[in-house]
Amino acid sequence: MIWALRKELLLQWKTRTQFLAVFVFGATSLLLFSFAVGPNSEALRLYSAGFLWLGLLLSSTLTLAESYHAEMENRALEGLLLLPSDPRALYYGKAVANWLQLALLGIGLVPVMVVLYDAGTTDLLRLLAIILLGTAGLSAPGTLYAAMTSQARAKQTLLPLLLFPLIVPALLASVKATSLVILGDPMQQLPSWISLLAAFDAIYWSLCGLLFGRVVED
Amino acid sequence: MKTTAPAILLAIGAYFGFVVAVAQFHGMTAFALGLPSGAIATLAATCGVAGAIWFLFANDQVESPRPAQLLIGLALLCLGFGSYYGLFVAPPEQYMGEVQRIMYVHVPTAWNALLAMTLAFVCAVIFLFNGDYKWDSRMEGSIETGVVLAFLLCCQGAIWAKPTWGVWWDWDPRLTTTAVLLFAFLGILALRKFVEDPAKRAIWSAVSTIIAYVDVPIVYFSVRWWNSLHQQQSSPGTVSKQFWLPLRLNAFGILFLMVAFIMLRARIASLRLKHEMAPPLPEIAELGEAV
Repeated sequence: MIWALRKELLLQWKTRTQFLAVFVFGATSLLLFSFAVGPNSEALRLYSAGFLWLGLLLSSTLTLAESYHAEMENRALEGLLLLPSDPRALYYGKAVANWLQLALLGIGLVPVMVVLYDAGTTDLLRLLAIILLGTAGLSAPGTLYAAMTSQARAKQTLLPLLLFPLIVPALLASVKATSLVILGDPMQQLPSWISLLAAFDAIYWSLCGLLFGRVVED
Repeated sequence: MKTTAPAILLAIGAYFGFVVAVAQFHGMTAFALGLPSGAIATLAATCGVAGAIWFLFANDQVESPRPAQLLIGLALLCLGFGSYYGLFVAPPEQYMGEVQRIMYVHVPTAWNALLAMTLAFVCAVIFLFNGDYKWDSRMEGSIETGVVLAFLLCCQGAIWAKPTWGVWWDWDPRLTTTAVLLFAFLGILALRKFVEDPAKRAIWSAVSTIIAYVDVPIVYFSVRWWNSLHQQQSSPGTVSKQFWLPLRLNAFGILFLMVAFIMLRARIASLRLKHEMAPPLPEIAELGEAV
């Protein structure tokens, strides 16, 4: 699995311009979301967490869809499956790499959010934990679905169609937790949302790893 | 037709579902065999669902669509009587008035939509374990019927919500979960349309079905923490007898209709699969050379 992860990270490093493009896409969507509310700084601050996660979600479909690009060329996926290793290692390597990339993207988008929506917080450690947990929830089912849709017709449409309804709980919990961090948490609700996120991650990281072997087999 | 055993189960379900209720409606309590109302409801539901599913799995791979047509007839009968009782016999509810009558279709639709999705999940798990394509066909039928029922459920919910809550839509756990489920399963149907290879289509849609179904309780609880307004469920103990009968008649009617639709749909899917799996016909040029 370490080798699979190393391969993915190396690939991502080689295509870092693409990461930059996705980041610019995410920042642009954050800019556009503010037009939905208008120049009302109070309302923008209120909805900033939702905008951050929607921007991240939209960018994630680009990252996830691209993540199987290398495998699809010259039928490289079949070559990888012929190696004497578990396909699960392949899945977890790719999922962890996607997770790190999405988390990095999320961390990168936070300053954009702070500047645009005036939604600053000093509790950076908690915010980092929420971003890590939330992007883990996006990456586990996203990597599995990308493995299917990258081999299907109409891949650009299929991935969001399958992924978006599924990650509703993760999105909801991340948005709620982030906005509690930004706007303050008088009722101490944060721990329950974080535990919901952690439960979502635990379920999907194990379930998707279990099912991935069936998805790529021929 | 392998119908004897499921028919007996269905008859037991129908006896406890309607005969007892009709008898009590007319003041005859001897038919209940002295059982409490909770036990009667459980027996009726268990026997009815078990009988219908048994009937489904015993008859959906036969050549003729006759069993499904029989079931549709039964369903229409149940729905006809259910609508009559629900619209004309049962009294209007004290607080909600006539609006409450939509419950006689709404609640049975909800039960059966969840049942169809659960069937799809069961078929997906069985398919992944034994690889028999008849489970793939059954899964396709169940998903499609479940999507139709979930869509109807959302529409009925909106129709009910407007006069009662004053809005068409509310972010209530059950409503939102149904909508999420509807979109998740629509995505799986889209996936099935976009993959030509039958083996890959079957495995991928089974995997997606399992993943989507596991999501249901998580969505439910997350939305419940987020917001809640929906009525608490009622049990037979808290609902007056006059309200049971149309509810149960319609529940059985929609159950039969659902099973019949799944059977017909699974039949189409398996016929299409047979066509797809068949070796391709030789090209005309080759035939010419052979001649």
